[in-house]
Amino acid sequence: MSQSFRFFPKFVLEPRLEVSGQWMILSPIIAIILTLFSGIIIFSLLGKDPFLALYTFFVQPLTTMFGITELLVKGTPLVLIGVGLAIGFKANVWNIGAEGQFTMGAVFGGGTALLCQHMESILVLPLVLVLGTLGGILWGAIPAFLKTRFNANEILTSLMLSYVAVLWLSYLVHGPWRDPAGFNFPESQLFSDYAMLPILIENSRLNLGALFAILVVLAAWILMARTIIGFQLRVVGLAPRAAHYAGFKQSGLIWLSFLISGGLAGLAGIAEVSGTIGQLLPSVSPGYGFTAIIVAFLGRLHPVGVLFAGLIMALSYIGGENAQIEIGLPAAVTGLFQGILLFFLLACDVLVRYRFSHRSVLTGGRCE
Amino acid sequence: MDLLPVALTIITASTPLLLAATGELVTEKAGVLNLGVEGMMLVGAIAAFAAAVSTGSGLIAILVGAFSGVAVAAIFAVLTLTCLANQVATGLALTIFGVGLSALVGSNFVGISLEPLPQLNIGVLSTIPILGDLLFGHDVLVYLSFIMILLVGYFLSKTRSGLILRAVGESHDSAHALGYSVLTVRYLAVLFGGFMSGLAGSYLSLVYTPLWAENMTAGRGWIALALVVFGTWRAGRIAFGAYLFGAITILQLHVQGWGINIASQFMTMLPYLATVVVLVFISSDKMKIRINAPQSIGKVFYPPR
Amino acid sequence: MSQNKAKSKIGQLDGLELAPLLKLSGITKSFPGILANDTIDLTVKQGEIHALLGENGAGKSTLVKIIYGLLTPDAGTFEWEESVTSLSNPAQARALGIGMVFQHFSLFEALTVCENIAIADDQKLNLKTVALRIKEVSNRYGLPIDPDRYVHSLSVGEKQRIEILRCLLQRPKLLILDEPTSVLTPQEASNLFVTLENLASSGCAILYISHKLEEVRSLCGTATILRNGAVVATCNPKLETAKTMAELMIGVKLHNIKRSEKLENHDNRLQINKLNLKSNDPFGMDLKNISFDIQEGEVLGIAGVAGNGQTELMAALSGEIVQNDSHDNITFDHVCVSGMGVAARRAMGASFVPEERYGHAAIKEMSLKDNALLTTSQKINLVKKGFLQSNEICDLTQKIISDFDVRTTGLEMETANLSGGNLQKFILGREILQNPRILIVSQPTWGVDAGAAVFLRKSLLDLAARGCAILIISQDLDEIFEICDRIAVLYQGTLSPSITRESASVHQIGLLMGGKTGE
Repeated sequence: MSQSFRFFPKFVLEPRLEVSGQWMILSPIIAIILTLFSGIIIFSLLGKDPFLALYTFFVQPLTTMFGITELLVKGTPLVLIGVGLAIGFKANVWNIGAEGQFTMGAVFGGGTALLCQHMESILVLPLVLVLGTLGGILWGAIPAFLKTRFNANEILTSLMLSYVAVLWLSYLVHGPWRDPAGFNFPESQLFSDYAMLPILIENSRLNLGALFAILVVLAAWILMARTIIGFQLRVVGLAPRAAHYAGFKQSGLIWLSFLISGGLAGLAGIAEVSGTIGQLLPSVSPGYGFTAIIVAFLGRLHPVGVLFAGLIMALSYIGGENAQIEIGLPAAVTGLFQGILLFFLLACDVLVRYRFSHRSVLTGGRCE
Repeated sequence: MDLLPVALTIITASTPLLLAATGELVTEKAGVLNLGVEGMMLVGAIAAFAAAVSTGSGLIAILVGAFSGVAVAAIFAVLTLTCLANQVATGLALTIFGVGLSALVGSNFVGISLEPLPQLNIGVLSTIPILGDLLFGHDVLVYLSFIMILLVGYFLSKTRSGLILRAVGESHDSAHALGYSVLTVRYLAVLFGGFMSGLAGSYLSLVYTPLWAENMTAGRGWIALALVVFGTWRAGRIAFGAYLFGAITILQLHVQGWGINIASQFMTMLPYLATVVVLVFISSDKMKIRINAPQSIGKVFYPPR
Repeated sequence: MSQNKAKSKIGQLDGLELAPLLKLSGITKSFPGILANDTIDLTVKQGEIHALLGENGAGKSTLVKIIYGLLTPDAGTFEWEESVTSLSNPAQARALGIGMVFQHFSLFEALTVCENIAIADDQKLNLKTVALRIKEVSNRYGLPIDPDRYVHSLSVGEKQRIEILRCLLQRPKLLILDEPTSVLTPQEASNLFVTLENLASSGCAILYISHKLEEVRSLCGTATILRNGAVVATCNPKLETAKTMAELMIGVKLHNIKRSEKLENHDNRLQINKLNLKSNDPFGMDLKNISFDIQEGEVLGIAGVAGNGQTELMAALSGEIVQNDSHDNITFDHVCVSGMGVAARRAMGASFVPEERYGHAAIKEMSLKDNALLTTSQKINLVKKGFLQSNEICDLTQKIISDFDVRTTGLEMETANLSGGNLQKFILGREILQNPRILIVSQPTWGVDAGAAVFLRKSLLDLAARGCAILIISQDLDEIFEICDRIAVLYQGTLSPSITRESASVHQIGLLMGGKTGE
């Protein structure tokens, strides 16, 4: 193999002396703009008027009150999961099985709701929420245990367990939990009102879950910026050996990351079924658990950033639905947009730590 | 019970895993962790399927599938190698992108079915009873999976280029100091990984279930990743692992035939649970992983001063 | 050997006789924020041993990387055998006949000796031929090595042998060695010098990079001295004294460190009794039956070549590795700490400074403030009910910076921007300000400029004078002899009995470092 053969010889990056705070904020904005440009190209390729399509996708949904409440409804699970994942990613704990923890939250909480179908007590809802959160924690605890006890890669185990969780839910609603009066459809009974999260705005689906999301953002912000636990999580993520040297318990921090992210995903799951859906279905998530990975990165792994990023990604969901109805775009466009956005974001992020070398022109063989 | 059809279905179920794991083995040996195997397989699957539907040629379909895998792997390579992005995050992005792109392109192909690839009978060999069917009556991709894992095993352990690739994966700084272009080696390794994942995807949509369904890889890309760990980065053990998982996967098809009554969801869970079990089993020996894993894996290479 | 010396002296005296092999003029190279090489001129003649002297950070490594084709200069000309060339990669340099032995070896631990040599071989020979040539060349130069062994199983000296063999197989005209003796025992170093003199007398030029003046004086015929990226002098080291060269190299006069009287107290602060430890690194070294103790106000030095168990010893003492099944073999202040983790041992009044600065003792990507908190979060009142007390943390950071003369632009500065010396002052300052009763330091001044090194050693002695028991693990014998009261040697995971500094000789310690115990 020729050793002098190099790719992109003139493309020279130099490390910055300090992380650029400016690029930290600019990078996601540029990524979004670039994604919109790719949108124009994609829509043209699909034979649609690109500007009409962009309008239907990103603007029209926000022109009605209902549209705005729907944005918050979709944003709620994304923010809840995204905050948890962001904390884990900061600590270099790669929980990518949030989809499974979300599903298990729905299963545990939804199961409780079904059990308490005939109980008329205001305690039903808190019980449903707590058990739902516990379901997520339990499902997050498995990869944490396997990682700390057996050194098993958490990316693969948490993802594999997602498939298991989704199949488990599918089994339940096809089998034991199927509504006997449901004409053989694979879905559970509707939950009683006592198990449902209260609606915040009439004639919408906006429920108490949205408030949870805001509280969680605030709590996570304080945790990461102001407490010793947050400091320890940041240290272990940047330099595990330094954390060890400082006396921080690494396995404890891995556990904590998984319990927080699993618990929040579980809470998101139960909030989705007891707030928005109202019953268990074979699939309770349009991929929230995976989209939340993008939300975490787009939000710079910062709880407040995650709040904004969650709303932007929520817009891609309702925009996608709107565009499907209005101009017949395939629903899959949403997923494609999400992938492209993450690519652009990762590419722009290089400028947070590096800059283009000014001397790149000079170095070309001036050795004479 | 007749074992021959069972053995044949095991080969069918194992081939995509083996193809993808072979590619990822080379990528990881060069020190790059590409978690986007699932995404590359999906893109390969829909591209091959689309090409097969529009041209009717199996060969063109396979090539299109493989090179679409290369194309998306190129995105990963540019981001992680040139733009120095985090490999884990970029791999996840590649999977999310692959799921979205394949679903979008595939929305025009749902419900179309294909003639599977023809069997390539190797002369008289395929007429040998049982053995002929088992070994010499497959389609071209099955043979290719055998050949590629053998070639890769030979390349890595016996050739000079393989030595350079391993050296880059062991210590990119040392390889750089000796004057090898770490980026060139890694670009080629990532693109090869994309090629093999593209082939694996093609196999799924052309042979395994000759039609297109969203997310039809169903986690096989991730299982292939686990197989590389399971095989402790060695070609022979990876091939064994692929066949083990192939066997577990097809259990679900036969269990009901054997009169055992278990909900289908539980049988479908088996390969995923097996992956977890196998990972736990192999990873608990920390030393074994640390000795065998390429030392530079997942680390960003920036030429030192 | 004497012939060669005469030859190089002639080359030196009436320089016209031998045509220059390598001639650099006006070489300039800058990195963001640093001018690493500033219009450097350098001429190396055939068969001479030419020293490149300079402190850490003087620009020596940058210059040799340019010669070896790893870096491209921003300006300047490169003449090889009297014709102007430019190198864009090391393969071209090797084709010209330039070989290089790196300071941090460019070896691959998981590959065999033979594979390691084959990969640097541009003739693309197969492994069998390479193995044969290794045997042939290693016999000729007296560098015995088994081609089939895995590199991780070799000692540091053997690893260096591979690097040298790698170059010799290419039949180089110029061999560059970057700080080759920093990892060798004194005896191994003198063996190396014999090999180098043989090579030079056969016509190979040697560019010898070092900051050790005595060895340059005994080995080299010419020395080019660098300071802050520029050539400050070219001289014949045999005609200079170590002192004059040191002043050229450092630029300011350094004061010798004065030792205060040792305390007359015999309270055992740190006691290690029959410590055995299995390394958790597959390429590591197990500790066998290690015993020693350190008293109040005493400094014990553990000498030894890197890779003989230093990392494991540090981890065992700091509590980064805890052996649950072990007996009372580590005691701090007469209390057994064997089963305690790092935090509990710190709470006992112990502090630790590991060898690796970035990623272990400090975090590159975090601010100085965060790094100040790294090891102080339990000890000082910086965290109340789990919440960080920002003002107190700022005060502490400020105190470290001012007391230990750390040159920074502010508390929020990213630690990656500190120079090696400033970073080590910050780390040591952080530990010393906690008033430790026991301090365990690994390689305290490794890679640090001379001014900072003096400051750091002085700080350690001041701390000892206040009663702290100090353990210093170092490969730098000069340092050990300068500041330690007693000296022990770590070899292959076992520790020799300690010897007082007054009764120890460099020769004796050197033998122990090479595993020879008999007197």
